[in-house]
Amino acid sequence: MKKKSIQLVSHGQFEDSFIDTIAEDIAREFNAEIKTEECHADLNAFYAPSRRQYDANKLIRFLEEQSETKALKIICLCQVDLFIPILTYIFGQAVYKGKTAIASIYRLKNEPYGMKSDDDLVLDRFRKVVIHELGHTFGLVHCQVPSCVMRSSTYVEDLDQKKIHLCKHCRNHMETLFE
Amino acid sequence: MSKKVSLLIVDDEESVRDSLYNWFIEDGYDVDCADSAKAALTLIESNHYDIILADIKMPGMDGLEMHRRIKSINKDTIVIVMTAFASVETAVQALKDGAYDYVTKPFDPDDLSHLIRNATSQIQLKSENEALKNKLISLDNIEDIVGHSDIMIKVLQEVESVAQSNSSVIITGESGTGKELIARAIHFNSPRKFFPMVSVHCGALSESLLESELFGHEKGAFTGAMFNRKGRFEMADGGTIFLDEIATISPKMQIELLRVLESKTFMRVGGNKEIKSDFRVICATNRDLKKLVENGIFREDLYYRLNVVNIIVPPLRQRTDDIPLLVNHFLKKYCTSMSRDLISIDPAALKRLQEYDFPGNVRELENMIERAIVIGNGKQITLKDLPLERNSIGSSYKSLDELEKKYILEILNKHDWNISRSARALKVDRVTLYNKIKKYNLKSLK
Repeated sequence: MKKKSIQLVSHGQFEDSFIDTIAEDIAREFNAEIKTEECHADLNAFYAPSRRQYDANKLIRFLEEQSETKALKIICLCQVDLFIPILTYIFGQAVYKGKTAIASIYRLKNEPYGMKSDDDLVLDRFRKVVIHELGHTFGLVHCQVPSCVMRSSTYVEDLDQKKIHLCKHCRNHMETLFE
Repeated sequence: MSKKVSLLIVDDEESVRDSLYNWFIEDGYDVDCADSAKAALTLIESNHYDIILADIKMPGMDGLEMHRRIKSINKDTIVIVMTAFASVETAVQALKDGAYDYVTKPFDPDDLSHLIRNATSQIQLKSENEALKNKLISLDNIEDIVGHSDIMIKVLQEVESVAQSNSSVIITGESGTGKELIARAIHFNSPRKFFPMVSVHCGALSESLLESELFGHEKGAFTGAMFNRKGRFEMADGGTIFLDEIATISPKMQIELLRVLESKTFMRVGGNKEIKSDFRVICATNRDLKKLVENGIFREDLYYRLNVVNIIVPPLRQRTDDIPLLVNHFLKKYCTSMSRDLISIDPAALKRLQEYDFPGNVRELENMIERAIVIGNGKQITLKDLPLERNSIGSSYKSLDELEKKYILEILNKHDWNISRSARALKVDRVTLYNKIKKYNLKSLK
């Protein structure tokens, strides 16, 4: 079967090894071919001064408009604090059954929660957010299985509770949807 | 049998609607959006929503007014009001009007998840509560099936074997034999027992009333239909619907019923939305349905659809061995409910009861015992407390022919329709008995 193609767009400074690890995760979980790309766009247009955050919906629309790739899905990894109008913050956002998703590392770090810095833990959380948001673009909804990566997570502690993989049910469902 | 929770988001800001829509779709809910109170009310008129998230400040009609109108359409819908401007007055007013909760925009993602999860649990608790209530009310009735006679044990064995399946059942028997109790026994021994058993007495309702009773109706479907109403088929979702006196339904309703039984979908009267329901159907009748089919009164296709299993409940005169047990059962029941000491029955009175033919069956016996407790001396039921003085084999016959017909039928049933033995018992020859059977058009119920 021909592999799906997923474009990974990074914005801001990420170490190469960091991006490589995430790319491997995506390739494994979605049986996909990954293309990485750096983006240097000015994000000021998406900044909401009253909230001191970046509008994820506008960013997603921008990504869709700018993208020239033929990839099946695009996910943007960024470092800014994201919001959608109705929620105070989000870790990531996706167009359900769409093409584009976005994930931010901003709220995944330990320090703002008064805990010791832990780079490995941050990477682990970010990998889960990325897989989760891409799952939505493939048509997966939130899963009730506690260890499934598609389980809804509103706190970083929720992210730490789940694993990085799709559960059997979500995997089967995704394959059905994709077929 | 669990359904997806449906949500309606009402907000004049597109970005808010889109954000919430995405959030809930990803959470696996069925979601619709409306950009104004007016649009929302139009949607609510034609669709069912479990939860409505409505902005309080909107042009035209505000959220509070819309909330009042929603409640007048469907009081069970959970309404959560949202606002960007927190004010104690509006919050208090919304809650006073029956809103489930009040939230300030933007929400914390976790608060929003909690809020919807709590509202969803309330919906589930409510439906479980209704199902359990029905179960509790009905369980008492199971104890009312009393009888150790062979014929009754055979009926209960049939109940046991049919209960586990999903097949339609017709229960046939004379009036007062306890057909509804048998239906309850089937339901409460089936996998559907945790869901409601809904009874409809078809004979007591006119065609239009029966239609609205079975299928429900939408507000304004007819004069006096001020609110939407769930039909019995909808209420029986997951459980059993019991249609008593099925032989009385009109030809039009027979067609409707056949269609519903085949598709398990229907529309409320005056509605245009198809509703699905997973129910099992049990019918009861005191008529010979097959004969009604032959006479063109009852549809043949409906008869075969319903008559997957047929259970025949015997009349009391065919199980006279059960009369002492039934008498004791009713004595206990009514002495307890009237807060009296338990009384006994005079053996002579009991013997007389066993000789009586009980045209009204168990129901007649029950009423007789209740009456005897009320008018008796409070210690023992004697012959004079029982309304049996007139005739030991019944006094309600209009003619000698009727008496003869009943007596011959009784003897035939007693001997399992064995003509030779029945003729011997009647002290007539077999030809005479054949002629009498032909004359009175007698048929075995089996």
